[in-house]
Amino acid sequence: MEQRTLTFSIFRYNPATPEITPRMQDFQLDENPNMTVFIALNRLREEQDPSLMFDFVCRAAICGSCAMLINGRPQLACKTLTADLPDHITLMPLPVFKLVGDLSVDTGTWFRQMCETTEAWIHTDAKFNPKAEEERMDNAIALDIYEAERCIECGCCIASCATANIRDDFLGAAGINRMARFLIDPRDQRSPAQVFEVMGTDEGVFGCIGLMACDFLCPMEIPLQTQLALVRRKMMAAALSCKCKH
Amino acid sequence: MKWQDTHITEVLVIGAGLAGERVAVEAASHGHECTILSLVPPRRSHSTAAQGGMQASLANVAMGYGDNPDTHFEDTVKGSDWGCEQDVARLFVNLAPIAVRQLSYWGVPWTRVVPGKKVLPDGREIEDLPEKEGLIAQRAFGGTAKWRTCYAADGTGHVLQYSMDSMVIKLGVTVHDRMEAVALIHDGEKCYGAVARCLRTGAFRAYLAKATVIATGGYGRIYGTSTNAVINEGTGMAIALDTGVVPLGNMEAVQFHPTGIVPTNILVTEGCRGDGGYLLDKNLHRFMPDYEPVKKELASRDVVSRRMMYHIRQGYGVESPYGPHLWLDIRHLGTEHLYTNLREVCTICGNFLGVDPAKDLIPVVPTQHYSMGGVRTNIDGDAYGLKGLFAAGESACWDLHGFNRLGGNSLAETLVMGMVVGARVADYVKEAVVDFSPPLVSDAVKQQEARVQQLMASKGTENVYALRKQMEETLLNKVGIFRNEADLQEAVATLADLYARSQHIRLRSNGLGPNPEMSAALRLPGMLRLALCIATGALNRQESRGSHYREDYPKRDDANWLKRTLAYWRPGADKPELQYESITINELPPGDRGYGEATGVTQLGD
Ligand SMILES: Cc1cc2nc3c(=O)[nH]c(=O)nc-3n(C[C@H](O)[C@H](O)[C@H](O)COP(=O)(O)OP(=O)(O)OC[C@H]3O[C@@H](n4cnc5c(N)ncnc54)[C@H](O)[C@@H]3O)c2cc1C
Ligand code: FES
Repeated sequence: MEQRTLTFSIFRYNPATPEITPRMQDFQLDENPNMTVFIALNRLREEQDPSLMFDFVCRAAICGSCAMLINGRPQLACKTLTADLPDHITLMPLPVFKLVGDLSVDTGTWFRQMCETTEAWIHTDAKFNPKAEEERMDNAIALDIYEAERCIECGCCIASCATANIRDDFLGAAGINRMARFLIDPRDQRSPAQVFEVMGTDEGVFGCIGLMACDFLCPMEIPLQTQLALVRRKMMAAALSCKCKH
Repeated sequence: MKWQDTHITEVLVIGAGLAGERVAVEAASHGHECTILSLVPPRRSHSTAAQGGMQASLANVAMGYGDNPDTHFEDTVKGSDWGCEQDVARLFVNLAPIAVRQLSYWGVPWTRVVPGKKVLPDGREIEDLPEKEGLIAQRAFGGTAKWRTCYAADGTGHVLQYSMDSMVIKLGVTVHDRMEAVALIHDGEKCYGAVARCLRTGAFRAYLAKATVIATGGYGRIYGTSTNAVINEGTGMAIALDTGVVPLGNMEAVQFHPTGIVPTNILVTEGCRGDGGYLLDKNLHRFMPDYEPVKKELASRDVVSRRMMYHIRQGYGVESPYGPHLWLDIRHLGTEHLYTNLREVCTICGNFLGVDPAKDLIPVVPTQHYSMGGVRTNIDGDAYGLKGLFAAGESACWDLHGFNRLGGNSLAETLVMGMVVGARVADYVKEAVVDFSPPLVSDAVKQQEARVQQLMASKGTENVYALRKQMEETLLNKVGIFRNEADLQEAVATLADLYARSQHIRLRSNGLGPNPEMSAALRLPGMLRLALCIATGALNRQESRGSHYREDYPKRDDANWLKRTLAYWRPGADKPELQYESITINELPPGDRGYGEATGVTQLGD
């Protein structure tokens, strides 16, 4: 394979120097075999511009820290091989989330807020008994919960969502998927009506306009379309049963 | 400093991984106000990367029937090469089943027992009984007499962290992420909290607390190659050491894993070799049978790592821009086996190497994996040396692991120790009051601000990344898998020189705000102090025990070295001071580990 010289056009802005307006800056870098955007950015920082800000933690597509727009598409930088990209690579921070600087955005605050809104924890009256054997669960259910729990809160679905880009209270695919996770968990005792209060709204499932870029872009390949349909169906059922009672 | 920014809380937990969050949840459940600091949002902590599972003797599966805390205890003590505290190990094995079940109550989707007959890879037939259906399932892990490792599909650490964090959110525990603790506030007797640097703005802030808990994870990244997350730089251990009165225990005990991929050092599971994979050299020669005719690639984790490094040193490594490596060959296992039983390995290879293990070789090299050493505490989690300071998880040396940690025991440790230390902290703060002397606090903050100003004004010539690279290479090459007097002496000298030079770093960028070069420059001296503790401890310890392997002293030496290293860094010193303490051995006297090789341990899993 012929060695390429890559050009990276990177979004730059440091909030500590607001007088310098946001701009794109170009860097050149020789490509190495098996180079990922993680390796490339670290080399740029160490060899060319040590002020460059970006976020990596696990560098193994597990922790969800490194999502950014790579040639316009939200994806995890750590699992993007430069070999799969053209010679000219544009890197921008994820939209929707608050900018920390350069390619770094604050996804943590957004996701904690989402978890608080959806009360994303097990609601139960049962008390834990340290002396007792664990409650049994069917393995198929455990695996279904696991499937939804695989979300790594990287924010790709939110960044690519038309609604989330215009409504900052929209819970997005990540929020809806989180709710689905608790809906299928027999340990969570919330009633459909309780879930409806959060999810049966325009901030919840009914805000989705169905473009489904999220489903296509999810780096974990979580079936977001299916999860959305599940929550929607449950919300419709809850709405109908409420109406019948009136 | 700005006094109005000072944050006062009852319990300050530094670190939001499994250990830190478990401590906070326990203390908060006792009604105490907690604040957690973290470099990153909690759910991005390194704990999420653990895939294998956690050990607890539930005896739920066929291959685990008859298991009990006694057997788990024995495995742990043998694994540690008799370096662990046996009273700690006893407490741990008794509480691990409770911890696992509690996590189930909090929402972890543990994989469950499906009854029926099964055939193991070696042809044995087993049966999971119907009366165990739906209980928490368990899998095999190396170094254990029974199948004891509880797991959730291929993402145990992830689901544990998400469930713990859901409890943190439920209990309304305050979390300040992108907030790095850079110094402890103390007067040589008592700890009053910490100074932290905001990684959003670069500003310093004082956190005052009745109790301060260090739960900052391992230091893997001070080694050139590590399976650890890039944020695992050991700063939490470093700030404890910096107090001059808190010692770090057994820093020379560092675990390596045979198969980190090159270049990113991501771990691929030992299951690859367990299922029949080969290791090949640059001539595509399968070399392990030359060294280990019986066990071949399946010899113990430390033995395989040592053989691999030896072979590379003999010139048989494959050259690459990222240094020499060897090949892992699993092509012959067949597509079907690979895509079902080793699915994560295929995903990792596809994502990070662009290769298909059914057709291609996988570049691997032994890689730093786990830090047994850390902030030395007693069995309750109280740090030695300072009242009001505690530690938990990988950053602590509670001493459950001694000189070698068993796979699956560290996730379990974070949760069990988190529970124990959380309860202890809750007790402690009930009696304590928030008292502090204002000059002590402002001096601590000013000292950190002065470091920033000094770096901004520095006339030095040193480049932080260049120094850092030399530290990484020195540790990897001289304080790695093979250790000997000459190399260790050289390492200590090089690291001491790097430490001196780290006082003359000059930034190449402006250092303003959340500038990453400034962050690196502030961290490096502390990382070098840890490196010196590791190298000096290894040089002094003239024996081989667990993961600490001395070519010049290849045998364990209980007569002289059945003791724990304590490393102190006195104020103004340029090297650590080592002391030794005895190990609690109240149940199982030192003996043969039963692994065949004197210093080996068979460990499959992660
Ligand atoms: C690839 C891999 C696989 C593994 N698999 C297994 C397994 O299958 N089973 C098992 O038992 N063990 C496994 N381990 C080990 C286990 O995952 C870790 O030991 C454990 O998760 C450590 O948890 P912790 O809470 O102590 O630290 P971490 O999870 O590392 O958390 C540390 C926290 O401290 C914060 N922090 C650090 N420094 C500072 C600072 N200065 N100021 C503020 N905050 C700070 C970080 O932001 C983070 O929140 C594995 C390890 C690796 C590398
Ligand atoms: S760094 Fe963790 S997902 Fe990319």
